[in-house]
Amino acid sequence: MSDLAHDLTWIDAALTAARPQALAALLRYFRDLDMAEEAFQEACLRALKNWPQNGPPRDPTAWLVLVGRNVAIDATRHRARQQPLPDGDTLPDADDKEAELAERLDASHYRDDLLRLLFICCHPDLPATQQIALALRIVSGLSVKQIARAFLVGESAMEQRITRAKSRIARADMPFEAPGAVERAERLAAVAAMIYLVFNEGYSASGDGAAMRLPLCDEAIRLARLLLRLFSAEPEIMGLTALMLLQHARTPARFDADGCVVLLEDQDRTAWNRAMITEGLALIDKAMRHRRRGPYQVQAAIAALHARAERPENTDWAQIDLLYAALEELTPSPVVTLNRAVAIAKLRGPDAALATIEPLAAPLNGYFHFFGLKGALLMQLGRNAEACTAFDRAIALANSAAEAAHIRQHLDRLAREGTASR
Amino acid sequence: MLYAFLCYNDEAAISSWSKEEEAAVMTSLGTVTEKLTREGRLGPVARLVPTTAATTLRKDRDPPLVIDGPFAETKEQLLGFFVIDCQSLEHALETARELGRANPGGSYEIRPLLEFWPGNGKPESGKS
Repeated sequence: MSDLAHDLTWIDAALTAARPQALAALLRYFRDLDMAEEAFQEACLRALKNWPQNGPPRDPTAWLVLVGRNVAIDATRHRARQQPLPDGDTLPDADDKEAELAERLDASHYRDDLLRLLFICCHPDLPATQQIALALRIVSGLSVKQIARAFLVGESAMEQRITRAKSRIARADMPFEAPGAVERAERLAAVAAMIYLVFNEGYSASGDGAAMRLPLCDEAIRLARLLLRLFSAEPEIMGLTALMLLQHARTPARFDADGCVVLLEDQDRTAWNRAMITEGLALIDKAMRHRRRGPYQVQAAIAALHARAERPENTDWAQIDLLYAALEELTPSPVVTLNRAVAIAKLRGPDAALATIEPLAAPLNGYFHFFGLKGALLMQLGRNAEACTAFDRAIALANSAAEAAHIRQHLDRLAREGTASR
Repeated sequence: MLYAFLCYNDEAAISSWSKEEEAAVMTSLGTVTEKLTREGRLGPVARLVPTTAATTLRKDRDPPLVIDGPFAETKEQLLGFFVIDCQSLEHALETARELGRANPGGSYEIRPLLEFWPGNGKPESGKS
C-alpha cells in the first residue's frame, strides 16, 4: 500500500470512529445540528491535511471537537466583522490544547452527548424509516447516496426525506439539559429501539437488495458497542448488542445460492460467524448476572441457545419455550406467541402448537409468518388440503420474493405427494 | 528470552474497519507470523473480544467487587497479545516493527515474561 493510501485508510477509520462522539459534543456546544455538522466537516478537512504530516493526535475525538469549535467560532467572527481570517495552516496547533480539552470532555459528558444525538433521531413524530435514515446520515455519517441505496430509493427522494426529518427535529425542543436517572433510562430505551430498527432494516432484507443492506447490520452493531462502552453496566444494552451479534452471525447461512430463505434448522451451522457468536454469548452471560431481565436479554438468550446447539437436534427447546413464556410476560404480543408455538411444536408436537396459534388467527390474519407456520404444522399432521389453503394465503402475504419462493417449495411438494397418492 | 507483545489500539477505530481492511491486515500479519513460526520463535497468540464484553473483578476488597467493563478506561485498549522468543530487546523491537508494518496504528507494549506456563497447550477453542 502506498503511504498516501495508507494514511487515508487509517484517517478514514479514525474519522468514522470519532464522528458520533465528536458531533455529539459539537451539538452540545452549538445547540444547532447544521452548525455542528458543518463544524465537524471542516474539522475533518483539516485532519486530512494535518494528520499525515503531524501523525495522529493522541485523542482524535478531542482534536476534532476542538478544531471544529475553533473553526466555527472564527467563521462567526468573520461573518460579524468581515475581517480577513488566518488560513488553516496558521491556526494555533490544536495539539497544545488537546490534553486540557480531553480532560474536560470526560466520559460523563460524552455519555449524555452521544445519547442526546441518538435520541433526537428517535423523535416520536418521525416514522421509523425516517428515524433510521436520520441516524445513518447524522450519527453514522453515511452519504445520502449510500442510504438511498440501502433503502432502494432514488438519491433525491432520500435527500428530501432526510431534509424533512431534519427540519422536523429542528422545530422540536432539543433536550439540552442533563437528564435525570429516569429520563436517561427512557432515552436509552428509545435509542436501543432505534438501533434495533437500523439492524432489522438490514437483516430483514432479502433478494437482490439484501447484500446492499447488510452493512446496516454492521453499523447497528457498531452503534450498540459504542453505546455500551459509555453505558457499560446496562444489561439491556448488553442484551441488544448480543441479540444483534447472534442473529447477524447466521447471515452467511440464511440464504442459499438462489437467494431462497434457508430455515434455521436447515442452515449450515459451520458457516455461522464464530467471532460474533463468542462475543454475543459473552455479552448475554454478563447481562444475566444483573438479574434485571428485559426483552432484548430474553431474545438474546433464545438466540444464544440456537447458537450453542451445534446440530439442530441438540437445541434446548424446553428452555426456549420458557424464555418465550418470559417474553410473553414482558412484551405480550401475538407474534411472540407465534414464535413460542415453534418451540411447542418441537416439545409437544404439531397438535399442541396448532392449539396455541388458534387464538392468533384474528390478530394475525394479515401476517405472512402465521400462515407459513400454520401450513407447516398442518402439513406435518398430513392435513394437506388445509395446509395448501394456509400456504396460498402465506404467498399472497409474502413480503419478498424469497419468502414466496420458500412457501412455493412446500406447495410443490404437496402437489407432488397429491399426484403420487392418486 | 520470551517477550510478550501486548497490542494496544483504539478499539472504536478498529471496529470501524471494513471487512476488506480487516482481511488485508490479517493477511499481512499472517506473513510475519508464518516467518516467526518457521524460525521456531512464535509462542501463544490471542486476540481478545472487544472490551465491551469484559468483566473486572476487583479483589482489593472482601468480598471482591465485580464491575462491567475493562480494568482501566484508556484511549487505547488491550486487544490481544503475542508471545515471541527474542534474543534481546533490540531483537524484540525489530520484531515489533515488522508486526507494526503489517498492522499499523496503536502500539505494542513489549514486556519480557517472568514465568511462562504453557498449561495444557491449546485449549479447545471457540467452544462455548
